[in-house]
Amino acid sequence: MSGAAIEVSGLGKRYRLGRRGGGYETLRDNLSEALQAPWRTIASVLGRPSEEPSPPGTFWALSDVSFQVPHGQVIGVIGRNGAGKSTLLKILSRITEPTTGEVRITGRVGSLLEVGTGFHPELTGRENIFLNGAILGMHRAEIARKFDAIVAFAEVERFLDTPVKHYSSGMYVRLAFAVAAHLETEILLVDEVLAVGDARFQNKCLGAMSDIGRQGRTVLFVSHAMAAVQSLCSRGIVLQAGRVAFDGPIDRAVEDYLRGGAPRAAVVDLTGVAARGGTGEIRFTSFRIEDESGQASVSIPNGRACSFVLGYEVRDPGGSFDQVAATVSVRNALGIRVFYHHNLLVGRPFDRVTGRGEFRLRIPRLPLSSGDYQADLHLSRDRGRTILDALEGETSFEICDGDFFGSGFEYRGGANAAVLVDGSWDHRTLP
Amino acid sequence: MRPKEPQPIAPSVTVIRPSRGLVSLDLAEIWEYRELLYFLVWRDVKVRYKQTALGAAWAVLQPVLTMLVFSLVFGRLARIPSGGVPYPIFAFAALLPWQLFAHALTDSGNSLIAHQSLVTKVYFPRLILPLSAVLAGLVDFAIASLVLAGMMIHDRIVPGAAILLLPAFVLLALATAFAVGVWLAALNVRYRDVRYTLPFLTQFWLFVTPIAYPSSLVPAAWRPLYGLNPMAGVVEGFRWALLGQGEGVGPMLLVSIVMVILLLVGGVIYFKKTERTFADLV
Repeated sequence: MSGAAIEVSGLGKRYRLGRRGGGYETLRDNLSEALQAPWRTIASVLGRPSEEPSPPGTFWALSDVSFQVPHGQVIGVIGRNGAGKSTLLKILSRITEPTTGEVRITGRVGSLLEVGTGFHPELTGRENIFLNGAILGMHRAEIARKFDAIVAFAEVERFLDTPVKHYSSGMYVRLAFAVAAHLETEILLVDEVLAVGDARFQNKCLGAMSDIGRQGRTVLFVSHAMAAVQSLCSRGIVLQAGRVAFDGPIDRAVEDYLRGGAPRAAVVDLTGVAARGGTGEIRFTSFRIEDESGQASVSIPNGRACSFVLGYEVRDPGGSFDQVAATVSVRNALGIRVFYHHNLLVGRPFDRVTGRGEFRLRIPRLPLSSGDYQADLHLSRDRGRTILDALEGETSFEICDGDFFGSGFEYRGGANAAVLVDGSWDHRTLP
Repeated sequence: MRPKEPQPIAPSVTVIRPSRGLVSLDLAEIWEYRELLYFLVWRDVKVRYKQTALGAAWAVLQPVLTMLVFSLVFGRLARIPSGGVPYPIFAFAALLPWQLFAHALTDSGNSLIAHQSLVTKVYFPRLILPLSAVLAGLVDFAIASLVLAGMMIHDRIVPGAAILLLPAFVLLALATAFAVGVWLAALNVRYRDVRYTLPFLTQFWLFVTPIAYPSSLVPAAWRPLYGLNPMAGVVEGFRWALLGQGEGVGPMLLVSIVMVILLLVGGVIYFKKTERTFADLV
């Protein structure tokens, strides 16, 4: 025995483009494909031999991923959307098969890709605990034994015999997480389930997760929440475009993810970005932050004015759009969203958006502490009903200390707090 | 403090790699997951009776209403022979296994796409889904059986010793539904056309099965061929076991049994071969 709980070697997964998230095949599609296939075969025999490693219309969501997780280690897998985190988790959970490579797992595996999988709204809390437990792979006797602990954790004692469709959304996720938290397998694969409930319950979830880590069980944890990853894991793997970009201590992994994840340039060209959402009727083409003198910069001092400038292009040359809203959403190094802003907030919908141009968000006095940040960009029309473009984590920038308070005091940014607030102090002695 | 789980002495090793060629059926794994199977059946039954206003009455109403229409149209108007028993009982004895089969077929054929969230989020042997859909129909069947029992008592029809073979015919009906359902469930993941074909298929199948009419209307020489429709064997078996009609265990039934076995083996192999792509396609 090698002593590793999880051994991944040369793992790869190829998907067919257009199948993902798109519609399903119909018989007609396959018939017409079959009719074209002989032509393709003949063409490839007569033509040049194909040197492409993968057939056209496919892409590798994961390629050549190898790592080992020793027993008892809590490891975090981080990466941007589309980097392959979920695919990796799905392969390890045996939900989908790899195209290449091999995984060897020693011990009983439990995987939590979602909380509340299989919950049925018509069934009561009690019934759902048993159903969900069975779906997660627990035995009936095991669920019965942990039943009271699950109920106490979820804080739903009074509503046990109420159908969960009458639960508030908070109660629903608490119950769902409680069942999941009591899954006692030697190896646990977890996907972002911490993002549930209110702040108090999130802390409780985090506590439960770190308990699991302390019990000497092996945990592989996939998340966007850097704060959670850093507090739970000792080691981190950064995935980038389906490959392992970094593997090492968690603090360095988070650092690597935040720095290396997004290209940092004064003007970020967004035309080549493939991982984006929306209809594409209008696309963001560039992103830059201008300082108060109008210079594009990668490092902006707090306390000063700056502008977020989003270049765009309308796909159809004759197209014109009304009620367009552009959103800038800024996350700090811990992955926490510190602010977001769009033009509808200030009552300025953009009408007759045509051709190419720029949207500009002016901030008179930047109130964020120094550190690394990422901006997510979002574009919609019809008051947010139709999403045109969505980019996540494609742009990053730095905020440096700019003497926000005008006192010359060295504030030391993120170490103290996330935001900077104007304020004045007074002092008087009471008689 | 939570009690610690007893640690297994030899830790289980799972190897995940791309599968090639023939896949093992791994029926032992289904046995391992029998509790999940139980819970899925239990959920289906529970939800069905909770969600509907009439609850269990549906299990009775459907076959009873169909029987009334059949009695009127085929029994009274078309005067189809019912072999000495009152036509309503003749029809109901056939509708009973038919309803079991038709629901089991439809539900198992749709089982994978109806449980997309499970298929894409949790691992378990996928055969459990069509299997649980088929088994969940047994509760409706049991309730509707009471109606037939009541009708037979009312008309003083006493079944012979052949009734002991009834469970075998129930099993054959379930096996038929499962065999075809497994094919359709796997195809449904790739081609959603299946979902729209299912209602038509069951309707069509109803008329090529001797439900409204006795199979004695089919010339004797052709009857073994008629057995290629396994439901013909099931329905004839029911009438034989309950009402003492027909030949019972004969060439037609044997053809039906062979047919079900072929469909079942083929269906399960096809299902297992395509299983690994379900989560990517569904």
